[in-house]
Parts: sequence; structure tokens; C-alpha cells
Amino acid sequence: MSADEARAAAERAARDSYGRLLALLAAAAGDVALAQDALSTAFEQALRTWPSAGVPRNPDGWLLTVARHRVRDVWRSAAHRTSVPLDETVAASTTDPLADLDPDAVPDRRLALLLVCAHPAIAPEVRTPLMLQAVLGLQAAQVARLFSVPPATMAQRLVRAKRRIATARVPFVVPGRSELVERLPAVLEAVYGAAAATWRQDGRGLAGEAQHLAVVLATLLEDDAEAWALAALVTFALARRSTGPFVPLDEQDATAWRGDLVAEGEAYLRRAEGPGVPGRFRLEAAIQAVHCDRRRTGVTDWPALRLLYLALDAVAPSLGARVALAAVVGRLDGPDAGLAALPPEPVPAFQPWWATRAALLARTDRHDEATAAYRRAADLAGDVDVRDHLLGRAREAADRRGAPVTST
Amino acid sequence: MRYTLLLHYPELTPEELGPDGIAHGQQAFTAYAATLQAAGVLVGAEVLQPSVATTTVRSVDGVLQVQDGPFADTKEQLGGTFVIDVPDLDAALAWARQAPSVTWGPVEVRPGALHTVDGSWVPSA
Repeated sequence: MSADEARAAAERAARDSYGRLLALLAAAAGDVALAQDALSTAFEQALRTWPSAGVPRNPDGWLLTVARHRVRDVWRSAAHRTSVPLDETVAASTTDPLADLDPDAVPDRRLALLLVCAHPAIAPEVRTPLMLQAVLGLQAAQVARLFSVPPATMAQRLVRAKRRIATARVPFVVPGRSELVERLPAVLEAVYGAAAATWRQDGRGLAGEAQHLAVVLATLLEDDAEAWALAALVTFALARRSTGPFVPLDEQDATAWRGDLVAEGEAYLRRAEGPGVPGRFRLEAAIQAVHCDRRRTGVTDWPALRLLYLALDAVAPSLGARVALAAVVGRLDGPDAGLAALPPEPVPAFQPWWATRAALLARTDRHDEATAAYRRAADLAGDVDVRDHLLGRAREAADRRGAPVTST
Repeated sequence: MRYTLLLHYPELTPEELGPDGIAHGQQAFTAYAATLQAAGVLVGAEVLQPSVATTTVRSVDGVLQVQDGPFADTKEQLGGTFVIDVPDLDAALAWARQAPSVTWGPVEVRPGALHTVDGSWVPSA
């Protein structure tokens, strides 16, 4: 194991510990913010005392005990503050939900915490940031960077969401099968959101964390096909992760992809197999698996991709899937067929539509139109590296104006 | 934990509702209150007169003014309230889904902060 791998493994273990302890404390207190505060106090105390006193036999149990004391201290001072007009009721409500926590056995309640983060009472745009902070222990500033939001704005959104959880008393429970089925799509969507944010060139430092979150969710649910498919999808994307300038998927050097992660993704995808209509994530993961298979075979199986995109469009229609399908049709049946398969110009403008249209136009030697479409796509690109790549293509298309017509 | 369910819905006249509509509405509210009572979660409930019957007192530049009509002139008006005492938000949402007016208009689920017992404030949590 290299030093980098060892560091990553250690960080992951620390994140696992953090998430488990936070889930337990938050569920007992009904308050994520209070649990975070208590846990960070415990970690600070550990950093102060462990170097001289030695690491305790059960570090998680030690941290839990310290954090629990901290929660009780806060409760006592809060009770003291409000005890003048409300003395009798406070005395009556001193049953301590933390009393049942056994420091020697830390159960995994992270599924309940994930469900709270993606509860219908929480605004969709704050669900993913909340998961990254509460379950993985990321700092608000890191989360803010990932979503290109000013740190103060992100911090405020997180504070509001956590206040809401405590005030409205969102329960930390895993509901019964039928309700769980109803609520899982929001959880999967939020975890997908974490991964998707890391696919932008500047978010890649956290790609490993997002993949870990997806694997944690699938593991906690044990047998949910879509959760394993999501874990596979995110793992395949991580396998292809590269640094440096943006390179489109079909131009990437497949031998540079990580074989261990491709194999891991394939193993997760096998766990997603089962009877019944495959869900959105299973189809998306299968699409990624086909792309990753180029590492082994040296070629992309475009007919398989066409089938999968057609299935995806039937199961979960989206503009993104239809644009991707048009690109695949362009590979198989030529650029004119690809252009014909593109949906009408979407409003509001959709960056992948313009990028795909530009690439297809370039192959039909309509260089003026291709140049304009590449520029439009570049204008719409949120990512600097993607914009630079598209502007480069726009220049290439412009240079070919007047060049002899080539067959493609 | 106390939650107040605030039932908002468009106001219809008795003529618009018709005798069957009125009977159906009364039946639905009677059954809902009885179900909440049987479950041991009902603290209190009130169905309000239409907003044409409301009068609003407000301070305008430090002067109290009394005006006819509701505070907010919206298509949907607050038509009734149910105060329930349940363990958590999910339980409150489950009751809100069953509110008789939910097909006509939104039901707001609001956690209680304080309520009075014999004229003194006590926490609702």
C-alpha cells in the first residue's frame, strides 16, 4: 500500500467513525447541529489527551462518552436559561435519551441519518450538502466549494436545515418497507448529486468521498438493486477520473483508467442484477460499464450503448439521455442520422445539446455552424476546463472552413 | 410534541357547494375528528366561518384601524385548525395526509413552540 493509499484508507476509517458516532448522537438528541458540536468537542479533547495518555482501547466508545457528556452539559445550561418561567415542565421532561447509548457497542444508524438528510421536509438543494457534512464530516467550506456557492451562504443553508430538523422534530428512524420504498429515491438522488458534483473538473478532490457515500448507502440497504447500481455508476466514474485538461470520454486513454476500480464497479453492478425492469441507475451503471469495458477490449460497443440509452429513455426520460442517444446514433449511423435524432433545441439552453450538435455538425463539414455551436456550448459550460476544450474545438472547426470536404 | 394543522382551501358558498357537498364535507370533518380522538392525539380543533365574516385590526402608522375582510386576500383562505400531540413530524404528516380538506387545498403542518396551561406558557415539545 502506497503512502497515499494508506492516508486515504485512514481518512476513510475516520469518516466512517465520524458518521457512525454522529448518527447515533443526532438520533438520541434529535438534533444534528448539537451532535456535531458535541462530537467536535470530543475529537478536540482526543487530540489533546491521547498523545500523552495513549489511545484508549475503544476509541469510538471514548469519543461517544465525551460527546454524550457535552450534549448533557448543553441541555443543562439550556434548561437553566429557560427555567424561570418554565420550571415545572423542564423538571418533568428530563428523561435522558442518551442514557441508552452503550459506548462499547456502536451500532450503525447512518441509514436513519441519510433518510433525515433527504427527508421531504428538507429543501432538495440542501440534502446533498447536509449528507456530505453530517455523514462524511466534510467542512461547510469544502461543501461550498464543491457546489460553487460562497462559504457563508452554504453555512447558512446548512444551519437552517439543521435547525429545521430539530424544531420540527424530524424523526431519526428507518421506516417500514413500503414507506422506505417511497423515500429511497430522494436519498439515492442526493447521493447521486454528491457524485455528480465531483465530476466537474474542479470538484474531483472529493470524488473518492462521494463514491464512499454511495457504497455506504448500498451496504446499509443490503439488497436494494438501485443503490448497488448507483454505487457501481459512481465507482466507474471514479475509475476514469483524471487530472489535467478535459478530454471527452471516447477520446480518453482507456489504459490509464484504474482497473481495480473498474472491477469493483463490476462487482457492485452484479449485486444490482435481479428480476424486473431495471431502474434508472442500473441502466446508467450499465452504460458506464460498457464504456469502461474499452479498457479490456480496446473498442466501444456502440450498439449496446444504443440499446441501453433507448431503455433509459423509456424508464427515466430525460433530455440528457436523449442527447446522449443522438450522439450514439451519430457513431453508428453517421452524423446526419445523429442530427436527426437530436431533440428540438431545448429552452432553456442545454450545454450538452449544443456540444453534441457541434460535434455532429463538424463531422458533416458544416464548419460555420459547428463553430457557432461549439461557441454556444462553451458559453454555457460551467466548468473552465470544459469551456477551454470547447473553445479549442470551435477554433479547429473555424480553421477547417474552406478546407476540402472529407468523408467521415 | 404539538403540531398545528392549518387547513387552507378555496371558499365556496353554500349554493356552490350544494346540499350534497355540504353533507359530504360535514361527514368528512366529523369522521376525521373522531379518528384523531380515538387515536388519542387530538388536542383541539376549530372550523372557521368564511373570511367574508372576518374583521382585521391592524396598526397603520401607530393608529389602530379596524377593517372588514381577511389579512391576506388570497384564493385559498385559512378554513380550520387541528392541534394534535404526536411523537414526531412523520406522525404529524401522516395525519395531515388524511385531513378532509387536503384534496381542496394545502394543509400546513407547523410545530408548536409554546401553549398555555391555566394561563401560563409551557413548551410544546
